[in-house]
Amino acid sequence: MTDVLFWSLSVVAVVAGVTVFVVDSMARATYALAVSFVAVGATLVLVGSDYLGAVTVLMMVMEMAVMAVYMVMFMGMNPALMPMSMVHDKRLAIAVSVAVFVLLSAGVLAVPWPSRRGVPAVDPTTELGRDLMGDHMLVMMGVSVVMVATIVAGLVLALHRGRYQRFGDDLRTRSGHPRHGGGR
Amino acid sequence: MTLQTVLLVAAALFSVGLYGALSQQVLVMIMMGLELMINGLLLAAGAFWWFLNPTPTGQVLLLVILAAMTVEMAMGFAVATLVHRHRRSDMTDDATELAG
Repeated sequence: MTDVLFWSLSVVAVVAGVTVFVVDSMARATYALAVSFVAVGATLVLVGSDYLGAVTVLMMVMEMAVMAVYMVMFMGMNPALMPMSMVHDKRLAIAVSVAVFVLLSAGVLAVPWPSRRGVPAVDPTTELGRDLMGDHMLVMMGVSVVMVATIVAGLVLALHRGRYQRFGDDLRTRSGHPRHGGGR
Repeated sequence: MTLQTVLLVAAALFSVGLYGALSQQVLVMIMMGLELMINGLLLAAGAFWWFLNPTPTGQVLLLVILAAMTVEMAMGFAVATLVHRHRRSDMTDDATELAG
């Protein structure tokens, strides 16, 4: 039963991944990516990592919602109706990706992997929580700092009028150019 | 389901994502490619945890990969917003010079 589920989810994940770059609209590509992530999240649940599998699914559903808002905001139309095929160096990209797949597959098949070692805890989620609040507290602290830095960097990039627009490149005197907010 | 089969699926996801990241011109589509690559990494890390090291430490690695995916997503949307504001476009070809 596990094998059937695994292969079904794997086929769904890979086919949906390919579909992302085959369909002719960004909205359909977004749905396909969400399906691929849901399949991988379900596979993680299948191997016993319930919490991280659920987080993966929830996070990607939220991201797809943000992506939909982005498309409506910047495209000003129903993105599902707008055909698109905007690629460059398609043959080179295919050649590189196929070569990488062959290389990775060769490595996977050539390495004599050991048989399964160890048994997971009865409740891996509880153990993960204890580990994060114990031995790996530093990881949690590092991730927290990175997340705060990401929020700040995102705001700096996305702000309509930042300090460079108000003061110019030297950041000492206010720019007189109307476009830069001079005089206001 | 063996470690090898899971890793092969992860390699396929990674390669498909790599194709998208290399070939697409729209910023959001490039982000989708990068996310598919991270998707493959996530699956591979989950397989390594389950088959080789089923301890909480292995799950911490998965959490770090998820955090990296979050950073990529947030920065990607911010850069896309910036490029659209300055160039009225979300194509990489219009972002060869990001300054002003």
